[in-house]
Amino acid sequence: MPQDLTAAGCEFPSSVSTHDDSPSIGATAAPFDPHGLSGEQLVAMFRTMVVQRTLENRGFQLNRQGKIPFASASEGHEAVQAGAAMAFQRGKDILVPYYRDLGLDLGIGLTPYEVLLSLFARDADHSSGRQFPHHYASRRLGLQTISSVIAAQLPHAVGAAYALKYRKETGRAVLVTFGDGATSEGEWHESLNFAAVHALPIVFLCENNEWAISTPLSKQTAQPDLHKRAAGYGMPGVVVDGMDPMACYAAVKAALERARSGGGPTLVEAKCYRFLSHTTDDDDRTYRSREEVERRRLDDPVPCFEARLIAAGVLSSEEAEALKRSVLEEANEATDRAEAMAYPSPQDLYGNVYADGWQPWR
Amino acid sequence: MAKTDTEASTFERHGLSDEQLRGIFRNMLLQRQLDNRGFQLNRQGKVPFALGSEGHEALQAGAAMAFQRGRDILAPYYRDLGLALGIGLTPYEILLSIFARAADHNGGRQFPNHYSSKAAGLMSFSSILAAHLPHAVGAAFALKYRGEAGRAVLATCGDGTTSEGEWHESMNFAAIHKLPFVMLVENNEWAISTPLSKQMAQPEIWKRAEGYGMPGRRFNGFDPIDTYAAVKEALDRARSGGGPSIVEGTCYRYLAHSTDDNDMTYRSREEVLEHRKLDPVPRFEHVLLENGVMTEADVAALRADVLRETNEATDAAEAMPYPEPGELYTHVYEGAWQPWQ
Amino acid sequence: MATVAVTGNVTSTVMNNVEAVRATLYEAMKSDDRTVIIGEDVGPRGNVFLITKDFIGEFGPERVIDTPIAEASIVGIAVGMAMEGLRPIAEIQFADFIYPAFNQIVGEAAKTRYRSNGEYTCPLVIRTPYGGGVRGALSHSVSVEALFYHVPGLKIVAPSFPADVKGLLNAAIDDPDPVLFLEHKKTYRLIKGEVPDGHYVIPIGKANVLKEGSQLTVVSYGLYVHWALDAARQLENEGLSVEVIDLRSIRPMDKTAILDSVEKTRKLLIVHEDNKFGGIGAEISAMVAEEALFHLDAPIRRLCAPDVPAMGYALPLEEEYMSSPAEMAAVMREMVKF
Repeated sequence: MPQDLTAAGCEFPSSVSTHDDSPSIGATAAPFDPHGLSGEQLVAMFRTMVVQRTLENRGFQLNRQGKIPFASASEGHEAVQAGAAMAFQRGKDILVPYYRDLGLDLGIGLTPYEVLLSLFARDADHSSGRQFPHHYASRRLGLQTISSVIAAQLPHAVGAAYALKYRKETGRAVLVTFGDGATSEGEWHESLNFAAVHALPIVFLCENNEWAISTPLSKQTAQPDLHKRAAGYGMPGVVVDGMDPMACYAAVKAALERARSGGGPTLVEAKCYRFLSHTTDDDDRTYRSREEVERRRLDDPVPCFEARLIAAGVLSSEEAEALKRSVLEEANEATDRAEAMAYPSPQDLYGNVYADGWQPWR
Repeated sequence: MAKTDTEASTFERHGLSDEQLRGIFRNMLLQRQLDNRGFQLNRQGKVPFALGSEGHEALQAGAAMAFQRGRDILAPYYRDLGLALGIGLTPYEILLSIFARAADHNGGRQFPNHYSSKAAGLMSFSSILAAHLPHAVGAAFALKYRGEAGRAVLATCGDGTTSEGEWHESMNFAAIHKLPFVMLVENNEWAISTPLSKQMAQPEIWKRAEGYGMPGRRFNGFDPIDTYAAVKEALDRARSGGGPSIVEGTCYRYLAHSTDDNDMTYRSREEVLEHRKLDPVPRFEHVLLENGVMTEADVAALRADVLRETNEATDAAEAMPYPEPGELYTHVYEGAWQPWQ
Repeated sequence: MATVAVTGNVTSTVMNNVEAVRATLYEAMKSDDRTVIIGEDVGPRGNVFLITKDFIGEFGPERVIDTPIAEASIVGIAVGMAMEGLRPIAEIQFADFIYPAFNQIVGEAAKTRYRSNGEYTCPLVIRTPYGGGVRGALSHSVSVEALFYHVPGLKIVAPSFPADVKGLLNAAIDDPDPVLFLEHKKTYRLIKGEVPDGHYVIPIGKANVLKEGSQLTVVSYGLYVHWALDAARQLENEGLSVEVIDLRSIRPMDKTAILDSVEKTRKLLIVHEDNKFGGIGAEISAMVAEEALFHLDAPIRRLCAPDVPAMGYALPLEEEYMSSPAEMAAVMREMVKF
């Protein structure tokens, strides 16, 4: 279950325990290195993480209340997504995400209102209520349309990168994201190979959260360090702590700069963790232990980053609380506004099949 | 890694007897002879199509020598004439397939070179690159599942096939389950007209093995003994529960892809001639002569025998009938073929 | 009306469609250790609909195989297992994910026996949940039978009742050729019925007349069989007599049942959830027009989804795409009165 949220406000763990025997790459253990980011930018990253967590919780709430049929989970991905979004250049780069990238979508400019419209399947949603939640498309933001089919978006991302190179549009790159499960797909392989052959301006960001619904990494691959596949394609491979937004920012930034300047593709593997079930239709108690999840919660990127920012004097605890309240207000306002909007009409089923009409018999 | 002529005198035979070495050479000669025969028949207008494998003789004969007949399973692709011969198919069976006769294993249904033989352990395959690899992995799973130690699946493919998604998915699954499976890549540098440089950015395919968590190595595919040693090592590992591996043999495709291809449209004469200097057939003949395994007279007699066998098989196969039209309707299902019942 | 007669000494159990799949798979795994299940999340998760819950504990991970995310090789590896003597049951988690496996199904599994002249065969079952009405949107709602029923060498079944699920799944598992076993996900828990105990098989290629009638033949399969039956019963109250046939098997398809019925009622309505153009109804219409034209008193009609790519996630879009019992009743009424 997601962190407890009441209508009155959300409670985040206000302290982080330091567990030196934690087997994961402990975010609290690493030195505080903002990699050139200003205090304002660090706070903005934190805000994105809080918005992601809040809106995700909101989706689960609405589902439990019977108001929406479905919501998917991204708790544990906040750091990698906020960091990657900070490295993304709005108006220039292209994002091809997957369905767990709520934070990345927000980070590149999607608003809470747009997110709620999608959850509520309203007509004003980008897809007019056609797509599952979190399947956004926005030409304006450079956010490509996706399906739920895993890895199907990779060749699309590679094709878009090819177009950028073909039109000699230097300074632009494609950021495509996926989970550990996607790396087993044939289309993942075919995409990385082609991108390398053509030295395309693309970054492949793997958000390795160790679970593909119920399939643990050990059943997904015999090579748990997925970045080591990069060498087989002839491209650089990088691993980064996916629970540290600043390290993720740095890794994705370096890769994007390489891509934008004609240096070709990179495979970045961010090791994170999926705290919740796959979606509201999944129950992770059937396939993993509570102990494992609780142990990994100790590295929860949201409270961890908050604590580090406060410790580094970037943010005071009062400011952090105010930020969370403001995010919650924004979420509430977006929820109310989106909920009040209309569904699409039945006639909306027939639009945009082809450029001209939908009937097959002419 | 190519052996030079001076190295031929430091002759490493990896435990192979003279008879086995002659057997390897015979396989290479027979492959080349049958290969040529297919092209000849096509030029004579007797068969519509033939596929070449010139350049692969050492690789396939060496691999076949490591294969254990009656125990291992072969999952080849359509350029594996030498491997098919090496594991026990006869020139007659090859010619039946080229002539599309009813007595062919596939009843004349498949393209030439798409062998199938349950008796020899040669799995049926299509022309779709990499589609056979998940099948090979599934067969290896069956061997392990039934606890059949001492058996392995030898799957082959060209460099082009390694770009396919199903190649990737197959390697990944084999490694996770530590299957008795060997992926033999016959890297001949060309996929029809696509050179290696357009196929991949990392030309050493064996280096992908680490990405799957399994061992990989490269060997000289122009040398049948090098090949034998590498493939045997991989098969021994697989048969004894040590799991899968990728073994990559470098070779070269001297001819066009098939009788329907013209390689002069995409590569230079000079490049082909340069690689002819490595031609495995004369090179191995030289090694055998230099090391006293065969005499000139032996070689001449062997060549004559191979030609005789090829001619006899050609005549015998050509005399056989085509399948009857009614044969179209059999083996759709075990029962009736009609969809409306 | 029971779809499988429960007579005499045979006891039966009431269960829904998903329980019928589960019970049948369980018995198959127990009775033949060549049987293995291969797919995503079939192990500890027990399949996303809990069909294989606890199977891995009883049968072990070598027989209940959690695969990486790789649909082409889920089917392809199963083909190889089948060629080498196992009896695999492959699962594609949702029919919407079957497309990467298209070549393995159509180009490989369906052709293995044919191209090897019977030397190699492919006794394979591919199970997949399909269909909408569950707010599944574009990637969890599609019907795929029309893409596959065209292919010689493949068999396709789509049962609607629990007793048929068991009998046809047993038939599929026993079949020496590849069978695509389509399970309508909305019927998983919605449809309950008596299922005879013990092992039995319903032959593939046999339809079932669910309700006899004299004025109109309605042919359907999947979820819509139930809606069509509801509509036909409603019309019964209005004094209109409609015969409802559950195809059960899409390839091969039961010609005799359809022609016998059409010769009696002289009117044919085909109802299916899939898009109209090129759907199953097209082949049925062509066959009846070829063989029973002069038995017809009205044009053949097909009530199907409009030819748009998918039902949308928003409810109005899903409802517009799908046909309701009321819509079916309206068309039936028109046709009876034609």
